[in-house]
Amino acid sequence: MIQRLPLGYKQLPLVATVSIFILMYGFGSFRYTGFLSSQVFLNLLIDNSFLIVLAVGMTFVIISGGIDLSVGSVIALTSMVAASLTMNANLSPLIVVPICLLVGSIIGGVQGSLIHFFNLQPFIVTLAGMFLARGLSYVISVETIAIDHPFFDFMANTRIPILGDSFITISVLIALIIVIIAVFIGHSTKFGRNVYAIGGSEQSANLMGLPVGRTKILIYTFSGFCASVGGLIFTFYMRSGYGLHANGMELDTIAAVVIGGTLLTGGAGYVAGSLFGVLILGIIQTIIVYEGTLSSWWTKIAIGVLLLLFIVLQRIIVIRSEKKQNSS
Amino acid sequence: MVNLLMKSKLLWPIVVLVVILLINLIFDPSFFSIDYRNGKLVGSLVDILNRGAPLILISIGMTLVIATKGIDLSVGSVIAMAGAIGAITVTSIDGEGLGPLFIAVGLTLIVSIIVGGWNGILVSRIGVQPIVATLILMVAGRGIAQLITGGQITTVYYDPYQFLGGGYLFALPFSIFIVTFVLLLALFLTRRTSLGLFIEAVGSNPEASRLAGLNSKNIMMMVYMFSGFCAGVGGLILSSNVMSADGNNAGLWFELDAILAVVIGGTSLMGGRFNLMGTLIGALIIQSLTTTIYSIGVPAETNLVIKAVVVLIVCLLQSPEFRRKIFGTDKVNKNRVKKESEGVTLS
Repeated sequence: MIQRLPLGYKQLPLVATVSIFILMYGFGSFRYTGFLSSQVFLNLLIDNSFLIVLAVGMTFVIISGGIDLSVGSVIALTSMVAASLTMNANLSPLIVVPICLLVGSIIGGVQGSLIHFFNLQPFIVTLAGMFLARGLSYVISVETIAIDHPFFDFMANTRIPILGDSFITISVLIALIIVIIAVFIGHSTKFGRNVYAIGGSEQSANLMGLPVGRTKILIYTFSGFCASVGGLIFTFYMRSGYGLHANGMELDTIAAVVIGGTLLTGGAGYVAGSLFGVLILGIIQTIIVYEGTLSSWWTKIAIGVLLLLFIVLQRIIVIRSEKKQNSS
Repeated sequence: MVNLLMKSKLLWPIVVLVVILLINLIFDPSFFSIDYRNGKLVGSLVDILNRGAPLILISIGMTLVIATKGIDLSVGSVIAMAGAIGAITVTSIDGEGLGPLFIAVGLTLIVSIIVGGWNGILVSRIGVQPIVATLILMVAGRGIAQLITGGQITTVYYDPYQFLGGGYLFALPFSIFIVTFVLLLALFLTRRTSLGLFIEAVGSNPEASRLAGLNSKNIMMMVYMFSGFCAGVGGLILSSNVMSADGNNAGLWFELDAILAVVIGGTSLMGGRFNLMGTLIGALIIQSLTTTIYSIGVPAETNLVIKAVVVLIVCLLQSPEFRRKIFGTDKVNKNRVKKESEGVTLS
């Protein structure tokens, strides 16, 4: 895609996100030896592949003007369902994986239906979904279920070599495929246009005769689906099911999407931006690990400061584009 | 009269609360009894009030924030920060008597109000969406709390500190008095002065209320400061209950419980209207639900499932669409003739 110059205001957050990522990576490579290697970069993808998938689903939800707080709990539930079906019921992964994906999609679909049919607040509905999913994973088992199965070992340990010594995992491949599909859905399908339209103004979308209800339900179903894919990747990563897995992950996801330049008011944002948002969260953690003397809580403070930066930037953009509209 | 009650937004929350308490009575016939032991009133109901005190406090602050169409996600982190500041202050000041306690309480409350003011500035002056503005502090606040305690759980060995959360006054837990005071203060300010009207005006249309001569920005600012204050008091009570400060886990998920309590109490997340008594009942529902789950021996892990179901039921009962779809059809069949004749006059 060829970018027109000068950049539109809507692209500015995305450009800022990518620049900050490059700046932080440059800072890291300048300061620490061994930071500027392809493997350090690929590790960002490997360690955050589940977050990338979550952020993709969340991006659609936030562009439509909603929010999905249930994603972290759906990860826990997926890991629990996968672990108990594989280890306790001795089912083949061929059955387990579709069931897991179905569980997430159903939770998302039900949330979307409640939001649409009964006009409930997305915040409250997905909050209830969050409690429900985490509660259900405790109902399955309170204890951790460790997974010991050839399929999960294969998914966790297979290394796909690229560029000489460096490698990626199957999870990264899955995440990147989902990102590509989502970019296509967002920009080249009717569904994608509907999502942006609803986020811009739900009333206008309704008056234009767009299928608002169907789109809304599909958005939350897609987010639930992404959460369960993320849950499976997380399960490959941890090789266990546990009700406390991914505690608070929904906030990391929302933070990544916001840092990625998606407006929380809805109507504007890019899936690709969220990918970079996740990478920025990842690089903060990597830098703190490389620094060695910094304690883990600095991650939280750094994410907070970055959030603040981006939000103020977004506000300035919105105010300036409003002024532009008024003057023209 | 029945009609008035049916229309009241408090009806369903009260019914749910009574049902939950009655379920307890089935499992434990002595549930409602209150004993007088060693100069203290002891009983399950007193216990619910005592343990629910922080939640009620924070929900009161949250109600006013939500009434301005805002939301405060940072209260959980403010609880952690307040607990950390309080505990660190009393442990680092070497003093006899009540001096350190007053310094700690004063310092904590000042910091909590400032922190609430920070949210207020972002929302009212910079115009950031409340959910995002407070998300910043929600993420960073817990980091700051851990920074204050040095990442460790700080234990307090200063006895007067315990009074805030565990002390008794006139045979009742002291925390109940704190809650009553804050609730009465909020009720007085919003219902006996024009402040409540202003808050509702700002919530329903900030631009219109600004044009009508209200200082919308300062009202929003004040509401967030009040929420910070409530979270600060709640944080002190919680940290005094366990005589320690835990930057990582103190007040975890409190923001969600508080928002739930507010919504169950009939305050719409769309702003413009609020119901403090409803919030009180909402918070009591959540607390008695927790107590019930522990007391009737249901595994504690299913707590979340039951909570989710209750939340959905209460929200659905409050949704006009749901009532029309479920209850409305029956009414139409019964009163079809009446409605049709009414329809003419209405149109």
